[in-house]
Amino acid sequence: MQEPLIVMQDVSHVFQADDGVGKAALSHVDLTVKRGEFVTVLGRNGSGKSTLARHCNALLLPTSGHCVVAGMDTREEKDLWKIRSHVGMVFQNPDNQLVAAVVEDDVAFGPENLGVPPQEIRSRVHESLEAVGMEHFRHCAPHLLSGGQKQRVAIAGALAMQTECLVLDEPTAMLDPQGRAEVLRTVCRLHEERGLTVVYITHFMEEATVADRIVVMDQGQICRAGTPKEIFGDVKSMDELGLSVPLAARVAFDLRRKGVKLPAGILTDTDLVQALEGYHVH
Amino acid sequence: MSIEVSHVSYTYMPGTPLSRQALDDVSAVIPEGSVTAVAGHTGSGKSTFIQHLNGLLKPYTGKVFVDGTDLGDRSKKGKRALVQARRKVGMVFQYPEQQLFEETVAKDIAFGPRSLGLGESEIDERVKRAMDAVGLAYDEFADKPPFRLSGGQMRRVAIAGVLALEPAYLVLDEPTAGLDPRSREELLQQMMRLHRKQHTAIIFVSHHMDDILRLADTMLLFRDGKIAAKGAPREVFMQTELLKECGLRPPRIMELSSELCRAGYLSQMVYTEKELVDVLGRRLRDAR
Repeated sequence: MQEPLIVMQDVSHVFQADDGVGKAALSHVDLTVKRGEFVTVLGRNGSGKSTLARHCNALLLPTSGHCVVAGMDTREEKDLWKIRSHVGMVFQNPDNQLVAAVVEDDVAFGPENLGVPPQEIRSRVHESLEAVGMEHFRHCAPHLLSGGQKQRVAIAGALAMQTECLVLDEPTAMLDPQGRAEVLRTVCRLHEERGLTVVYITHFMEEATVADRIVVMDQGQICRAGTPKEIFGDVKSMDELGLSVPLAARVAFDLRRKGVKLPAGILTDTDLVQALEGYHVH
Repeated sequence: MSIEVSHVSYTYMPGTPLSRQALDDVSAVIPEGSVTAVAGHTGSGKSTFIQHLNGLLKPYTGKVFVDGTDLGDRSKKGKRALVQARRKVGMVFQYPEQQLFEETVAKDIAFGPRSLGLGESEIDERVKRAMDAVGLAYDEFADKPPFRLSGGQMRRVAIAGVLALEPAYLVLDEPTAGLDPRSREELLQQMMRLHRKQHTAIIFVSHHMDDILRLADTMLLFRDGKIAAKGAPREVFMQTELLKECGLRPPRIMELSSELCRAGYLSQMVYTEKELVDVLGRRLRDAR
């Protein structure tokens, strides 16, 4: 039995406001992310998703409780860089996280700072850009890329650190539909082909259907967790939480209420069409 | 009355090696009281287009008229009319909450009307009306520092700041980007209520084809700086090949609906969830 990659035990995080009043962004969160797992985090604005994400690579430390990444407690300052090389982050705004004037320099930035030998950096950069389908743009200036391309370069930057886990905080929020599809496809491929562990935060319910497990946050706590089928099967709860469900799941829910007998677990258009196969309409 | 965009072309950094034509001979009419959606992928010219609607960008060639006033009229005589015309068009940028700056919500919203030189009581009235329009209770929020609010609330404060100028045309660049499903829906409903009650024309940029389908009466589809299609969303979205070329897909409801048509469960396209469930529910019940 492999040890899990991220273990949060009773983690609370209190932000201290200027007036001295603390605001708990996370309260008593327990979460385990297994190696190779794809976990999607859903929740309303301000529910604590980003705070949770920032605990995964010690950008934030628990006010109380423990967060252990690859066996290292994030409070141990000496392990900080090791933790960050295990867990890479991709943020929402594609324009805020690229630092260099040329794509390949940007991807090389991380390993350069670790003092990786130049020959090895070159092969890591090449390999990482290839993995996200951006090798043709290696000499390009990042500001000339589309949003989806910039996010893929940011992912390549994390891969070049040989990270085994990617934490993505609404990576598609600022992208057009094509960019959104590109990023999600890239993440899914890396997960499937390399067994990359993924923690993926999003407001797009349809994106969440690819996850192994969905964690739903509300007011700093994890209020629900389960497979996409379990989570999106409970349409009422999701509505009450201010969230939503994929279109096919909602249509199936409404049809069941009209007395149409449909199996549970309908998430995609294909699921719905297949479920209707027993019916003959005229 | 309308905003009329006539043969507008615009080039960023003309005459330099970085020169890039963002709009190429674009013409469109946006009538008062209408709801117009602007779609297209990144770099297709959407944002450049909307910045022409109140004269933030000046066409390289071509003209923009707001209720008949030429925004390019630089003559002394035309100046007053120009200022009036630009005030009719309110502009809400992407992530407008990043532009909040005042100590309290009410002060921030009052900034616009105050710089119009209105009296204090009129300013107060406008702040109250604007907050009401975006669903922020005056008593609860007026004296709060805007930076203490949630992301969705901050965005509503920023939009209220533009509404306080009481524009006849409200232009919003991806107003729901980054909001959770409920906040999105609330914001869109407030936008449409404003349209119904005050007859404000709404022009919104969106990457959400389902929102465009259910809210807009007209859509402008941009590709490479040109308008590739315009018309009722239902009709534009039927052109699936064109959509693909533009880097877009049809609304989810139309994708599901055509899938169900193909499989024989629907005899014709439906365009709303409710209609889909009603029609499908009826046919399936009859089939049993």
